[in-house]
Amino acid sequence: MIATESKERYIAAFEQSQSNGNGAAPAWLKKLRRDGIASFAAQGFPTPKDEEWKYTSVEPIASLPLAQSQGSERGIDADEMIAQSFADATCPRLVFINGVWTREFSFAPGLPRGVRLTSLAELIKQDEPLLSEQLGRHANYRRQAFVALNTAFMGDGAVVIIPPGCCLAQPIYLIYISSPGAGPLVSHPRTLIFLGAGSEAKIIESYVGVDEGAYFCNAVTELIGAADSLADYYRLQREGRSAFHTGTFDADLDRGAHLTAHAVTLGGSLIRNNVHVALNGEGAECVLNGLYLGEGKQHIDNFTEIDHLKPRATSFELYKGILNGAAHGVFNGKIVVHKDAQKSDARQVNKNLLLSANAVVNTKPQLEIYADDVKCSHGSTIGQLDADALFYLRTRGLGVAEARSLLSFAFAGDVVGRIKVDSLRRQLDDYLAVQFRRV
Amino acid sequence: MLDIRGLRAKAGNKEILRGIDLHVGAGEVHAIMGPNGSGKSTLAHVLSGRENYEVTGGEVIYRGEDLLAMSPEMRAREGIFLAFQYPVEIPGVSTTYFLKAAVNAVRKHKGLEELDAMEFLALIKEKLKLVEMDQVLINRPLNEGFSGGEKKRNEILQMAVLDPVLALLDETDSGLDIDALRVVAGGVNALRRPDRAMIVITHYQRLLNYIVPDFIHVLFEGRIIKSGTKELALELESRGYDWLKGGAAAVQ
Repeated sequence: MIATESKERYIAAFEQSQSNGNGAAPAWLKKLRRDGIASFAAQGFPTPKDEEWKYTSVEPIASLPLAQSQGSERGIDADEMIAQSFADATCPRLVFINGVWTREFSFAPGLPRGVRLTSLAELIKQDEPLLSEQLGRHANYRRQAFVALNTAFMGDGAVVIIPPGCCLAQPIYLIYISSPGAGPLVSHPRTLIFLGAGSEAKIIESYVGVDEGAYFCNAVTELIGAADSLADYYRLQREGRSAFHTGTFDADLDRGAHLTAHAVTLGGSLIRNNVHVALNGEGAECVLNGLYLGEGKQHIDNFTEIDHLKPRATSFELYKGILNGAAHGVFNGKIVVHKDAQKSDARQVNKNLLLSANAVVNTKPQLEIYADDVKCSHGSTIGQLDADALFYLRTRGLGVAEARSLLSFAFAGDVVGRIKVDSLRRQLDDYLAVQFRRV
Repeated sequence: MLDIRGLRAKAGNKEILRGIDLHVGAGEVHAIMGPNGSGKSTLAHVLSGRENYEVTGGEVIYRGEDLLAMSPEMRAREGIFLAFQYPVEIPGVSTTYFLKAAVNAVRKHKGLEELDAMEFLALIKEKLKLVEMDQVLINRPLNEGFSGGEKKRNEILQMAVLDPVLALLDETDSGLDIDALRVVAGGVNALRRPDRAMIVITHYQRLLNYIVPDFIHVLFEGRIIKSGTKELALELESRGYDWLKGGAAAVQ
């Protein structure tokens, strides 16, 4: 069994890292890491027998030889990678290479007082109290093997703290670059975002990597939105062609907090995105926007779960996928309305466009409702380009290829149009225009 | 300009056009009338190159070329324009973006330089006046949430911008109130030119009060059973189509 062998290798690597001094950390973190590896040992890698992994086999990830990242490996063109991350050169940013903060490419000029934008490793050294209060409290390592692994191996990543009442106009970029260098490499970047009461921020997390060579990036982000905070969060994934990426985003929203979380998945070969939002206060709101583009043999699995825990919370979810070649897309949208969550309003839509006969999509909405006074709706579609629209465009002089490209662009357009960071939306539009020219 | 000879076409197993003959000269406006299901829209779509129909006989010569051998986009680039009865909604693409792509596809075909954003904007602003359309509308997704009248205006706007040689107007009056009809017809009339021909397809004589054709043809069961000048429309208005149907049976 590859999975069992692989599990043992990860556990052995953990023990080694603890004994050789890499595990130096405050006691609470040592314990958290221990809990992480113990949970992973108990769960093992998920298999398609697990309902939540029905359409996705992680065997390629499990069988990847394990080499923990030590930071910037080899001559990597960081500037080129940063350009690929859709960054905005004028905005504050942290850059990580193979999961390790790289000071020379990071800068944070003129942040308002009290805003912190720092590497996790630095804050661990300072033993910042917020870390022990929040890390691991939201992303559930007991239930999710990849979160457990990340928790066991977490060492560096980004921490963003917005103080109460602070409105941050400039978007913050967190750029994670992977480059496997000589051999395959595994990294477990960890991000913690904390928005104080009534604060407002735009945060863009971008994952990029080189096309040559396989690597595995297992990222976990926890976002805490205190009462009445307003978060506009983006997660862009443009990993290298042979990359494996498992990304977990876990948000916890208090009373009246609002989160818009965009997930744009473009790169990688095997991708699993887990999004979990806990609407943990009355009147909390979340909007989830997703766009995934697959071609070749890419496998892209989006698993989203929204917990309505308190009354009068709303969630609106729109995920769209465009799949070409022999790409495989999966969407699983779970909404749980708990007993106390009266007057919940939850809407979910998943739409998929198949551009080739060999592309596949599995879409599965999942509603669990335990309250009686709620509004819930969901819908999913899988289709091809509309023949009437194609003909319409051709009667205006557009060739078949151009018409197909325009319609694909249009399909993505209503997700891209919701991106509120102008520079990001423009870059993404340009990127998509080029991509679809090849459709 | 356009010669249709013995054109036959079917959709699935059903023969819809059963031998159409029609000659359209430059500068002429022809109206094609007829009851529902007579094949009017099919004719427009066959002339535009819709793949759902199979041409089973006859030929169509457009400016000396075999029209039926051309792809829909090639027909468009060569100057044929179809104003749709049901314009398609395309969420995610603005009219401006789409129409600029269309104009430049046609210009490229003609060996002309592509228009840049500023030149295109100047062109479209001028044409917007013709159909009394607000610029706000063309920055919205193409036809999405447009009223019937707005959609039809948008069709005529596209026609004005693409500057066709032969325009096919498929039931452009359907779903329009009288004010919208007046605006749309006004736009069409402004586009009449000695070197441009139009084929106006309509169910109702009403439109022909505004767009006065040179010739009127009555289509019934896939054939033109009666041709005449604009006075024929008035006769159809008062007598309906039934008096002609007997003649059609005799032709059969």
